[in-house]
Amino acid sequence: MKIHLPNSAFLGNIDPFLKSFNTSNPKKLEITAHKQWISIHPVVLSMIAALGLNLKSKNIKCEQIEAKSRHYLKRMRLFDLLKIESGIKITEHEAAGRFIPLTQITDSDYLTKFITDMIPLLHLKPNQVEPIRYVISELTRNVFEHARSKIGAILCAQYYKKSNTIRIGIVDMGIGIKSSISASYRVISDSEALRLALTPGVTGTTHRIGGTDYNAGAGLFFIKSIAKVNRNFFVIYSGSSMYKLLRTKKSSRTRLYADPFRDKHSVSDKFPYWRGTVVGVDISLDTGEEFSSLLELIREIYSKSIKERKKALFKKPKFI
Amino acid sequence: MKRVIIFRKTGSFAENKDLARDIRINLIEPSIKKEKEVILDFKGVDSVTQSFMHALISETIREFGPKSLDLISFKDCNETVKNIVNIVVEYMQI
Repeated sequence: MKIHLPNSAFLGNIDPFLKSFNTSNPKKLEITAHKQWISIHPVVLSMIAALGLNLKSKNIKCEQIEAKSRHYLKRMRLFDLLKIESGIKITEHEAAGRFIPLTQITDSDYLTKFITDMIPLLHLKPNQVEPIRYVISELTRNVFEHARSKIGAILCAQYYKKSNTIRIGIVDMGIGIKSSISASYRVISDSEALRLALTPGVTGTTHRIGGTDYNAGAGLFFIKSIAKVNRNFFVIYSGSSMYKLLRTKKSSRTRLYADPFRDKHSVSDKFPYWRGTVVGVDISLDTGEEFSSLLELIREIYSKSIKERKKALFKKPKFI
Repeated sequence: MKRVIIFRKTGSFAENKDLARDIRINLIEPSIKKEKEVILDFKGVDSVTQSFMHALISETIREFGPKSLDLISFKDCNETVKNIVNIVVEYMQI
């Protein structure tokens, strides 16, 4: 496999980065980087870490990184996690207020501890913390419950002062959305699986609308909705398909839809195959939308959607 | 009457579904079976996830019917917790 860290890769312009990912020779990973400057979304780091964690460190080759921003990769603990020597020396600064470094989470109790210990380090106001810990908890639990990822979930986050935004990337190398959803639904493509996974009330654990005692099939819909209401990007990539929720203009009203394909989005089935699931989300901290108001919006559309789907399956008796 | 102090089990952010399921199986459902009231006390809980709330109450509503909600009270919920309770209770009755 070959992966190149570009000059810039955020959710808005992530497509060329993903398309350049070379999946041949899956037992080796070669990392190269832009020579001058690397500015990347946390999801990119999480992807590289996840790829490397699936391999022995002797099979990972990372070129000498020359970019001036190379210390960022070191500070986010990319090389520590991959157990490779980078030759980059940095003076460690207090991480508070800026980022959550790459972290591997493999069980539920550690996730709870991670949320308790790490989120306060972002030094945010209580109303700003709510959507962030919500997103991290729900996405990571999705990995435990559906992904069968041997490496668990790999995540990291970064605060961007200029845009007052937290960017989060959570990645696994499990069975992927299509395999997970196929346990209960017939799907023929990765994009169709993504569409179902983002639809309220759909879960791979049962065909029953509304889910089981443990899974409602609401997690991804909630997270996409959090991004939409905050007018942010949301990206989900699995198999050879990527769905991207595009930003809603400030001048437009935000409306939630049960069908993710009704949102302003892009989707394609022509990306290099990712064995597992990649999720990237941005959360603006200054939109002023209270989390509880957002939940009110979600409640309306969620119930409406479940009603419509149940109605569609309702059978009338045949009188002959 | 059974009183379940959620904060003691989960801390201020209730997100661990395994704990939610344990509370349901070991504390909520035995009381509902005996037609005894249960108070779910959310004092000190700032936020819950929909997954937590689903694992906490959905199966009880499914198994014992919406009338089980007559026996369950949600105490000291802030707006976020109330909204999540409303979401789960609403979609479980559709």
